[in-house]
Amino acid sequence: MRVVSRSRAQLVGVGESQYTRWGKIGDVTEHALACQAIQRAVADAGLDMDDVDGLASFAEDRNEAVFLAAELGLPALRFANMVWMPGGGGGCAAVSNAAMAVETGQAEVVVVYRSLCQGQFFRFGTAGRDATAPVDPEPPTVQQANSLMLASMGFAMPYGLLMAAAAYALPTRRHMHLYGTTSEQLGRLAVTFREHASRNPRAVMGGRPMTLEDHQASPMIADPHRLFDCCLESDGACAVVVTTQERARDLAKPPVEILASEQGAPRGYAFGPFTNANIADDLYATGGCEEMAGRLWGKAGLGPGDVDVAQIYDHFTGCVLMQLEDYGFCKRGEGGPFIESGALAWKGGSVPTNTHGGSLSEAYIHGLNHVVEGVRSLRGESTSPVEGAEVCLVTSGACVPSSAVLLGRR
Amino acid sequence: MSERFFPDGMPPPLADSTTLPWWQAAAEHRLVVQRCSSCEQTRHPPAPVCPRCRSAESDWKEIPGRGEVYTYTRVHRPIAAGQELPFVVAVIALEDSGGLRMISNLVDVGPQELEIGMPVELVWEDMSADLAIPRFRPTAR
Repeated sequence: MRVVSRSRAQLVGVGESQYTRWGKIGDVTEHALACQAIQRAVADAGLDMDDVDGLASFAEDRNEAVFLAAELGLPALRFANMVWMPGGGGGCAAVSNAAMAVETGQAEVVVVYRSLCQGQFFRFGTAGRDATAPVDPEPPTVQQANSLMLASMGFAMPYGLLMAAAAYALPTRRHMHLYGTTSEQLGRLAVTFREHASRNPRAVMGGRPMTLEDHQASPMIADPHRLFDCCLESDGACAVVVTTQERARDLAKPPVEILASEQGAPRGYAFGPFTNANIADDLYATGGCEEMAGRLWGKAGLGPGDVDVAQIYDHFTGCVLMQLEDYGFCKRGEGGPFIESGALAWKGGSVPTNTHGGSLSEAYIHGLNHVVEGVRSLRGESTSPVEGAEVCLVTSGACVPSSAVLLGRR
Repeated sequence: MSERFFPDGMPPPLADSTTLPWWQAAAEHRLVVQRCSSCEQTRHPPAPVCPRCRSAESDWKEIPGRGEVYTYTRVHRPIAAGQELPFVVAVIALEDSGGLRMISNLVDVGPQELEIGMPVELVWEDMSADLAIPRFRPTAR
């Protein structure tokens, strides 16, 4: 591994609750699940809860660190951090922020967590609305937007653009128009991840094999997105433990190094195509991560050819395809043929991707489960292990402001 | 000219004091874009500062409501009771707007004719006395 500079922060523990379909965990609260995942990650590291002095999350996680710190009996909460922005773009950024905290002495052991029980609150993609509810007899009128995000959504919602599946169909449809990308190519990606999930006992869809014919026969949600182009909707929680190089030396498992991390958005991107029709033309049919990817590779002194295994945020198949191009695994426009070549497959692929099954087939925990799998894939603990893997790329939600980490094992 | 395409239960616009003038113009069936008073760059959605020259001064320019489809999706899940499916969400590249696009709907469009690059024209839908939504339909080039 030829690494130019490395951060000193290490990932030393991972843990999760049971993963289920959305709405299946009704008898355990979302914050109790968060506690469970945090405790398991800390135990996996060989640390004690008394060692934890920081908590970090993202995507407007409802389970505020101050309450979790009290419930878990932390001696002191020195660092509590939330990545700005709803959506899954901030998962790796939360790891990055935890790494900054331990590197600068703000805390020594920071747990990054995400807990998500959509059944206990509201289901994503509905904006909390019930499409079968009787219509309000009051005549519709402009309503007050109580946040900048809502003012931005105000230019999408009146057109019925509420669902991520519809929003990210827009850049994917344009990618098809520009480059001839096909639904079968997207389907091949979904089938590959499902095959990976078949060996993963945690995967919600582990026992549900899928063929390309199954994909092509699945109902259309928002074209070109069929049902099997869309990630799962899950209940569950997971967590990862970040600490210093010094502290990581004598823990339970071999540490995984955070070689480099990056986060952010390109010029004029705002929240991406969900609410912004005016993304630059050369950025529109991309994941919006190309600039950031360049910074990430430059910081680590590595390139896509050095990646042994990748965990790519997969809310929708097309967004994975566009990220593969953003990160330089193939040229712009060639994501479809790249997927068709079998490049992402555990067996025989040049860059085995989403070895846990991803959000399409393991669970949708806003992609923090991709960081968990990144650690396992470098420890040799993945259920689809890549022998001798030394470098793993983990990305977070694309087509929104995004983030990524490069993980390494000596 | 106003027709009905969507049920009353569609989500209303949400606006703050920066974006409200856009919706007030829409209520009068005027499609506008915000234009920087200093460098004349247009922007959408409305925002307090010009991202090019950072001037906070702006005015509103009415545009003709013609354009072409930049991208689209047919949505097969209902948003409101009584909605016909699928419905089309599209990004429209707007003529004479300084290169802007907007999210909107395509109406009166058959499944065969829908394609990127097709010319479209504005059609206003009055949702109430105070609210009109700009949508688009196919037109001859």
